[in-house]
Amino acid sequence: MSDRATRLRGKDLLGIADLTSAEISLILDTAEAMKEVSARPIKKVPALRGKTVINLFYEPSTRTRVSFEVAEKRLSADTLSVAIATSSVVKGETLIDTALNLEAMNPDIIVCRHASSGANHLLARTCKAGVVNAGDGMHEHPTQALLDAFTIRERKGRLAGLKVAIIGDLLHSRVFRSNVYLLTKMGADVWACGPSTLTPAGIANLGIHVTTRVEEAVEGADAVMMLRIQMERMQGGYFPSLREYFHVFGVTPERVALAKPDAIIMHPGPMNRGVEIASEVADGPASVILDQVANGVAVRMAVLYLLAGGGEDEAAA
Amino acid sequence: MPVLMDRERMSRTLTRIAHEILERNRGVDDIALVGVRTRGVPIAKRLAAILHDITGHEVATGALDITLYRDDLMKTAVGPQPIVRRTEIPFSIDGRHLVLVDDVLYTGRTIRAALDALIDFGRPSTIQLVVLVDRGHRELPIKADYVGKNVPTSRRETVQVRLAEIDGVDEVLLDQVEGGTA
Amino acid sequence: MKLLLKGARVVDPASGIDGVRDVLIDGDRVARVDVSIPPSAVPDAAVVDLGPSLVVCPGLVDMHVHLREPGYEHKETVRTGAASAVAGGFTAVACMPNTSPINDSASVTRFILKQAAEANLARVYPIGAVSKGSDGKELAEMADMREAGCVAFSDDGRPVTTALLMRRALEYAGMMGLPVIDHCEDKTLAGEGVAHEGFHASQLGLRGIPGAAEDVMVERDIVLAAMTGGHAHIAHLSTAGALRAVQAGKSRGVQVTCEVAPHHFTLSDERLLAPLPYDTNLKMNPPLREVRDRASLLEGLRDGTVDAIATDHAPHHADDKRVEFDRASFGIVGLETAVSLAFDQLVHPGVITLTRMVELLSVNPARIIGVPGGRMAAGDVADITILAPNLPVTVSASAFQSKSRNTPFDGWRLRGGVAATIVGGRVLYVNTAVAQAAGLAGSA
Repeated sequence: MSDRATRLRGKDLLGIADLTSAEISLILDTAEAMKEVSARPIKKVPALRGKTVINLFYEPSTRTRVSFEVAEKRLSADTLSVAIATSSVVKGETLIDTALNLEAMNPDIIVCRHASSGANHLLARTCKAGVVNAGDGMHEHPTQALLDAFTIRERKGRLAGLKVAIIGDLLHSRVFRSNVYLLTKMGADVWACGPSTLTPAGIANLGIHVTTRVEEAVEGADAVMMLRIQMERMQGGYFPSLREYFHVFGVTPERVALAKPDAIIMHPGPMNRGVEIASEVADGPASVILDQVANGVAVRMAVLYLLAGGGEDEAAA
Repeated sequence: MPVLMDRERMSRTLTRIAHEILERNRGVDDIALVGVRTRGVPIAKRLAAILHDITGHEVATGALDITLYRDDLMKTAVGPQPIVRRTEIPFSIDGRHLVLVDDVLYTGRTIRAALDALIDFGRPSTIQLVVLVDRGHRELPIKADYVGKNVPTSRRETVQVRLAEIDGVDEVLLDQVEGGTA
Repeated sequence: MKLLLKGARVVDPASGIDGVRDVLIDGDRVARVDVSIPPSAVPDAAVVDLGPSLVVCPGLVDMHVHLREPGYEHKETVRTGAASAVAGGFTAVACMPNTSPINDSASVTRFILKQAAEANLARVYPIGAVSKGSDGKELAEMADMREAGCVAFSDDGRPVTTALLMRRALEYAGMMGLPVIDHCEDKTLAGEGVAHEGFHASQLGLRGIPGAAEDVMVERDIVLAAMTGGHAHIAHLSTAGALRAVQAGKSRGVQVTCEVAPHHFTLSDERLLAPLPYDTNLKMNPPLREVRDRASLLEGLRDGTVDAIATDHAPHHADDKRVEFDRASFGIVGLETAVSLAFDQLVHPGVITLTRMVELLSVNPARIIGVPGGRMAAGDVADITILAPNLPVTVSASAFQSKSRNTPFDGWRLRGGVAATIVGGRVLYVNTAVAQAAGLAGSA
């Protein structure tokens, strides 16, 4: 077991790919403490008092943005959210220009969601502020994977050795990539399942099982994680109809029955009921979908604290 | 390394402090102990056990993590507790006589942070402070109500409290910061 | 004016020469190439002692560059592109027609040639569009363009869209004995891809351009070249599959040739992850492929399946590159790094000989586009490149003659470079570091 981490390297969280398993454990452990803060009557600690956090969202998102905002406020940070209308992009203001404008106001952290993979790498190279990736294109959504791991760990006590099935549009999903990186680093056994047309090239190289049969993925699983099918994928000709998708890949009660009796059902939201997941499963007792949302705040508090609020030279004796 | 307190001495000291608490507060009514993580917590639990032995009453005990309340000057060397841990205060502190418990009182900044944290939990009637060792060099106007031992120290020294629950042994040592063996 | 280059190793494969020779240039022609030409025999010549560590070869020809003029002068002009060529050791370049307006007519062709004449640096040979506006529908006026000076036809930037159009183009250009140069990319397979479809693009969440998108069209073009008897030249070939197809085509006697760009024989797609993830200077089309594709290209360069090295020099303004990877323009500059990369990545590691390098960079491209060059025998035009095979070179984008700086090789330390470039007997470029030793400075 690698030695404990006491801080995160670098000023940014761009992806799980850059984190060690020790750093992942640090974030999850810190999130435990943060979860307790959310249960108090006064849901606030001064850890980020006086720090400025800007939420820069190029893609519309209520869920993630609100989760970050709540996390920031609970840490006493000064927070503001900028939603970039598509028209600004069309008008031609580049990401760099926007970033430099914001940087002039000296923020400590920029939380950014963008439609292009790698956009946050560009942002992090340009800005002195720390950059938290709230989702970049098809690349990564690290805080989602962290809250997923937190939820699994909360229910199962561990991550190592668990069988986790991830089902859906693997090709376009940043949640998929982040979860694969995290779960494999922490020793879980990942089974990825989706139509061949939606399976990215070479992913078996990530140390996971890949199958096109839901039954195989779900059998004996400790956790079953659904990915959103985005309706617009239909135009890409990846599969013939939503009806057929649900028939072949939908997570139905019959398929869930193949998993372990105490398996948990997960979904990053928002759900397409009747497409990737049957309503009975989404609302059933095994579903931890709402826990995921609650844990999202704690995990994001942990990330923000470790990047902006934690001590600089803790390692010094 | 000079031993300031051995197991026997620590045990007698804690017993003495427990009696002082009872005397000052005229009993254990409305008293609650809150240990400051990390080593204040076992000390608080031991005090609760001693108070229970003496009075037959259970004394509510909690654990407080002050990491999220530290001020800038506490970024270094507040003892080896870099990970944020849970605060567990499973009772209401409103109207209570809270007794904060910590192992070493030094600059006073840890206690200042603990007071800030407690205010967010409620409104105690009074807050008193127990420390096992007071080593001087206060930077804030903080004073302990109950002191195990006063130890004048220089800034180049550190006081190491070791407890059986965490370190396997009960003792208090005086160490040098620079040039000492790690 | 006479110039006597003494004592260097002359590599002129077309004349069968590889050895130390003296070279006498008179006016714009090569006058003599001999084992020894004593200065006393040519008293009015400027004498330059090069020494055997330098190599003299026929001027290098880059048959695939983008000069951006007319229409994109903020990226490059004919003049700056010609200056960049000369600094890179090239005495001639062939420029692609995806300007604005597209070079699909004699008038645009003549404009480009006029700009080149005024710059009076490297020779510029325009390549005309295959279709009007390069929009893949109707043939452009090839005969007119040929008369104005075009040496080949291409819709580069885009593929020659349909099999029917490629057939007609091969037949029509074939009438004139000119090649059709195709940017082979099936757009339906490539989709909105921005990087090679493979494990690394998957890791980075980048939409992929499968190797098959190139292979499918290369095979198509070879079938059509066989059918029509025309000459298909495959631009910027990058995959093992495409190379296999070209090899098979050649062995069947089809008139197909191909070129490979330096970035494809130097880099592969894992570079997208490190040291600089999502570096837009690694974005080009066709994209950097896999390690095994690169290995295949090296073999093809060695065994003759690959006919030419051509840079696909694609200048872009910083504004077009300093954006998200998806939005960045495709392409990198290449004129001023090609020779060093060829030495460092091919010759010195023993993949190819120096003779083969000269074939790839001079003899073959000159032959494919049918222009004078590729040989420096007595009577030939004095287009000559002087190479320094062991010169330590640190690539410095800020010192480029090109207007643009979009290169992934900035800061690279390479072994081998250009000592001087002579066009029509005029010394147009001299590497100052080498010049001191050779006394070559200032003989323009």
